[in-house]
Amino acid sequence: MRLKCPADFRIIRLPCTGKIDVIHMLRAFERGADGVYVVGCMEGDCHFNTGNFRARKRVEQTARLLDAVGVGGERVQMYNLSSGEGPLFAKYANEMDQRIRELGPSPIREAIRKRKLAA
Amino acid sequence: MIIADKKPIQEIIDQVSNYERILVLGCNECVTVCEAGGKKEVEILASVLRMHFLKEGQERKIDERTLERQCDHEYLEEIRDVIDQYDAVLSLACGVGVQFTAEKYLTTPVLPGVNTCFLGANEQRGMWTERCQACGECVLGKTAGICPISRCAKRVMNGPCGGSTNGKCEINSEVDCAWQLIIDRLKALGRMEDYEIVAPIKDWSTERAGGPRKVVREDVQV
Repeated sequence: MRLKCPADFRIIRLPCTGKIDVIHMLRAFERGADGVYVVGCMEGDCHFNTGNFRARKRVEQTARLLDAVGVGGERVQMYNLSSGEGPLFAKYANEMDQRIRELGPSPIREAIRKRKLAA
Repeated sequence: MIIADKKPIQEIIDQVSNYERILVLGCNECVTVCEAGGKKEVEILASVLRMHFLKEGQERKIDERTLERQCDHEYLEEIRDVIDQYDAVLSLACGVGVQFTAEKYLTTPVLPGVNTCFLGANEQRGMWTERCQACGECVLGKTAGICPISRCAKRVMNGPCGGSTNGKCEINSEVDCAWQLIIDRLKALGRMEDYEIVAPIKDWSTERAGGPRKVVREDVQV
């Protein structure tokens, strides 16, 4: 399909989005990620019935925690698509990339950079 | 089991803000099952605190540890070697665990990371409801397995009271009338004659009203 995707995001494969936990997303932010998005199957199409619903709840919980510490809950997002929707995958990647660019670097990334400079 | 609920993040941040080196200490028992203070919650809270202080440009040491139980000497001893490395312990155990840790390590402040709520059951995923008030003199055998102490707002021993309407309590239309539940279950068990037996005045001295309680079992003491 030769679809264009942003070059600066990293794909982490999961057996099912139901495998993701709040701490996995928080660790990404703790290490300086500017945003995290989770791409799961269509709601109602989960092979394990509730994996993507669980993932959505955890993404929402992560967003609340990030809001609480001032990192910004809008830096995490849950998307759903089917495995045949390559163009939608690219669209979501571009959408998230655009959002993060508008938000700017994560304050944690900035803090890590400052700490390194001071050291 | 003991049911606890999470404290707001801001309250926790305010509590620990004066300490440089903090140990977030979880408990593998009740608070793990009710998803308030187990290993997972310790990881999440420690991560959130690290991010908060990092963002504020403050250097803090925030470590994680989860003990099998915080209400037993033997498990609490596991942190004796490292306790001096911290200015404070943020315990995600119930109030018992927080106090027992504080009693054991007198020179280290131990702060509560959860609100301990009640003795309850996991009625459904994400919902816990009260079932016992530890009154010290169980009457469940007489009340068809439904507790009038913990489930009746008035703790009425010979109910229902006049506030029971259509099986619901007057304090809240969503709260079941415990005595309605007792009567329904007694009927189902074919034991309605038990309902006619007037319960004597309850001895509340075994309850919290009698002051802090103690159970001493010489048969298991060594």
